[in-house]
Amino acid sequence: MSDQFPPQTFRITRADLVRYCGASGDFNVIHWSDRLARHVGLPGVIAHGMFTMALAGRAVTAWAGAADAVEDFSVRFSRPVPVPDDDEGAEVVFTGRVKSTDDEGRTTIAVTATCNGETVLKLAQATIRKK
Amino acid sequence: MPLDQPSAAPPPPNKRINTSFIGRSWPPTDVYLVGREKIREFATAIGATDALHHDPEAARTAGYADVVAPPTFPTVVTMKASRQIIDDPDLGLDYSRVVHGDQRFAFARPIVAGDTLVCVNTVEEILERGGHHFITTRTDVTTEAGEPVVTGWSKLVQRGAEQ
Repeated sequence: MSDQFPPQTFRITRADLVRYCGASGDFNVIHWSDRLARHVGLPGVIAHGMFTMALAGRAVTAWAGAADAVEDFSVRFSRPVPVPDDDEGAEVVFTGRVKSTDDEGRTTIAVTATCNGETVLKLAQATIRKK
Repeated sequence: MPLDQPSAAPPPPNKRINTSFIGRSWPPTDVYLVGREKIREFATAIGATDALHHDPEAARTAGYADVVAPPTFPTVVTMKASRQIIDDPDLGLDYSRVVHGDQRFAFARPIVAGDTLVCVNTVEEILERGGHHFITTRTDVTTEAGEPVVTGWSKLVQRGAEQ
């Protein structure tokens, strides 16, 4: 396994956020109403942090080659991901590199996530079980 | 004025979180029955197309009883369970000023459709720094029979009042 994984890019649109609201049960107004998001000092609607973490999970499981490989997964939400109300939405780019491996075949991957060149997840890492 | 009677005092400019909650646990939540369609719906919503999340036959071939949830699916269960903490009026959390700071999941095994899960919530830490409050909650998710499945940690940040 290479130490560095190829970057993966995911697009997030308003439709994705609406779908995620329903699937996750997180209907916080800041994820669907520009008016109410601005009312609490945000530039507009932002993605759920847990949606960004879910995309990081997709990147990790794709690198691992197994959808059930994750044993430990942690992130810090360092900056919101604004999602404009247009067809392009927002783009989040994930990179990963091997941080360590243990004797039992577990690999810990350090993950970065950026949106418009700015870091949106800090201290993100996943430990995966080797298949 | 006695400090143990905060209600008698004028409201402080920056509401404090009740630090006596550190270490507190709540009784187990009601059983959450994990549905196959809920896993499929969640996987679809995050764009996870792997057959393990959608096709019971593929999941069985991989050794699971039914479709397997993506790694952040536990949030569906733990977010609901954590209302037990967040809604406790004695904690003094102002949820309108709360943002999600950190999240971690440590798995004993993935969640699988058909699991009957219960959650035990604990407040691990409450800190104040730079006018903000930080509360770390741990949710131990087990099957109804007591088999460990996943533990989730959430750090919530209650932003301080505007200067």
